Amino acid sequence: MNGLERIADALHRSRARGLRAALMPYLMGGFPDIDSSLEIGRACARAGATLLELGVPFSDPLADGPVIHAAATEALKQGANLAQVLELTEALAPELPVVVMCYANPILARGLGRFADQLQETGASGVIVPDLPFEEAGAVLRACDERGLALVPLVAPTTTDERLELIGRRARGFVYVVSVTGTTGERAAVDGTVASLVERVAAHTDVPVAVGFGIATPDQARAVAEAGADGVIIGSRLVRAAGEADDPPAAVGELVEQFREALRTTNA
Amino acid sequence: MTSTAHRFGSYGGQYVPETLMPALTELERAWTDLRDDPDFCAERDALLRDYVGRPSPLYPARRLSEAAGHPILLKREDLDHTGAHKINNAIGQGLLAQRMGKRRVIAETGAGQHGVAAATACALLDLECVVYMGTEDMRRQRPNVERMELLGARMEPVQAGARTLKEAVSAAIRDWVANVDTTHYLIGSCVGPAPYPALVRDLQRVIGDEARAQVLARMGRLPQRVIACVGGGSNAIGMFTPFVEDGEVELVGVEAAGEGIATGRHGAPLTAGGRPGVLHGALSAVIQDEDGQILEAHSISAGLDYPGSGPEHAWLRDSGRARYVAMTDAEALRAFESCARLEGIIPALESAHALAWVIEAGPSDLDLVCLSGRGDKDLAEALGLLRARGRP
Repeated sequence: MNGLERIADALHRSRARGLRAALMPYLMGGFPDIDSSLEIGRACARAGATLLELGVPFSDPLADGPVIHAAATEALKQGANLAQVLELTEALAPELPVVVMCYANPILARGLGRFADQLQETGASGVIVPDLPFEEAGAVLRACDERGLALVPLVAPTTTDERLELIGRRARGFVYVVSVTGTTGERAAVDGTVASLVERVAAHTDVPVAVGFGIATPDQARAVAEAGADGVIIGSRLVRAAGEADDPPAAVGELVEQFREALRTTNA
Repeated sequence: MTSTAHRFGSYGGQYVPETLMPALTELERAWTDLRDDPDFCAERDALLRDYVGRPSPLYPARRLSEAAGHPILLKREDLDHTGAHKINNAIGQGLLAQRMGKRRVIAETGAGQHGVAAATACALLDLECVVYMGTEDMRRQRPNVERMELLGARMEPVQAGARTLKEAVSAAIRDWVANVDTTHYLIGSCVGPAPYPALVRDLQRVIGDEARAQVLARMGRLPQRVIACVGGGSNAIGMFTPFVEDGEVELVGVEAAGEGIATGRHGAPLTAGGRPGVLHGALSAVIQDEDGQILEAHSISAGLDYPGSGPEHAWLRDSGRARYVAMTDAEALRAFESCARLEGIIPALESAHALAWVIEAGPSDLDLVCLSGRGDKDLAEALGLLRARGRP
């Protein structure tokens, strides 16, 4: 199976296992330190995560709110780098599909071809580049397509239908729907417009639609699944737990289990 | 990655979160419609004349010329209302925000000159103004913080990283991502995603348009060299643009060498060279490590303390049309003092970098220097350092 097929298969199986929507936890590579982030990834897999988003720490993460920004800063201070996150990918990919989340500049610095080769070699299933709108994404999409890797695009509440058409057609793996007009971070409530946004996105693409940004509680995750999302992405809530807990892997694993229970359709 | 109309050669582009893309398209459309609109231009030009005090004078700096050994003309942007060239851009973008129906304006600032200009334009045009500023810069530029508050702007102190301009820009962009429907981001330099570098250049080229006409009228010839300091590079791009077609005129951008390029503590990505990188939405010359992490810049001058540069400058450098050099903190400080003693003009520490190069550069028939701002804001910092060196 290549990356694209592996993502599709995992989403299909999570539904067959009784999850209303696929559960996609995000973790910051190298936070709170490299060894712990590996254990956090394993805990997510054990707790029933469908797919893992693995963040590459970056000095200037424009799409991220304070929790993930601070985690990236701390990871870099601890000496985390792209090579280490690729090693994490390699260690975690046998357990569940890994989609690497990386800003554009570390990719450019490594060289696109070399970066894509290494993603493939480490067993990653795809990549998300939060500061690479489709206008700039041509070369990355070609490099990913050549290697069977999914370049997962983001869409936002501000994205027009005209843009959705262009983005949806080139989406691979899934579309990442940003549920709020804003940066990553926990919100008190899910935006009431999520259902219509999910519907609008789904009408413009053949791949599944996953929703992230601002989802912090199991109830919110269930609400997003009920709004029609095929996947739910949990980021800042888990990163915060990784930073605060005495035993980060246990704490994150426990939260992921709670989210998984909230996403069950039946007692299957 | 791909090449589009948003590029200067391979530089520029729009490396931003998807949330902002529709706003960039809207801004580009608005500017395309308005840049040559007679009503808009008349309104802007009247403000530049009656409010900013344009045209700014061209001043033959006799004693500085004697010291340098060649003739020097200063384009006096330090005499603009608010004390720097930043107001040209702030008035233009303020009017643009008004026409787009955006009542809230956010800005970043390093030295505080752009923040003051933005706060001023917003007071004038009755817009809400929020200014992001690193806490280290707030310390270095206390008088400007007080000015912004008096003008009615709300200050948002930024604690991240080195607490200087880079983090202030990032914080402003995050605010824009969250409030894009109601807010215009009034960026202060020719950096950021397209169309900002071109928009800011268009609004600053008034400096070079005036200077070119003034120098022709006074001297009957073009200068041999045109010199300006470069942080993001807005006064330089404004100064250079009208001279780009004059092939015989040499264009020189002066960056901050800080403690010396070799020390790594500088603000000179164009001079230092190396692989281009993406910072704040554009591909350009940046100071970064092997892994693509953006490094902190260093300069005595808060306005030049930035690890990135305008993409058009990177292109002018690669094409050979302009060249970029760098002067150290110590050299800039000496020029700051020389300009005060010889001409009775206290220059901004930013502009002092351009003066420092001109004083030490080889012979020239005629140098035209953009004196981009005045140095009152720098007194505490500069006098402290001069005293530490046993002067004045």
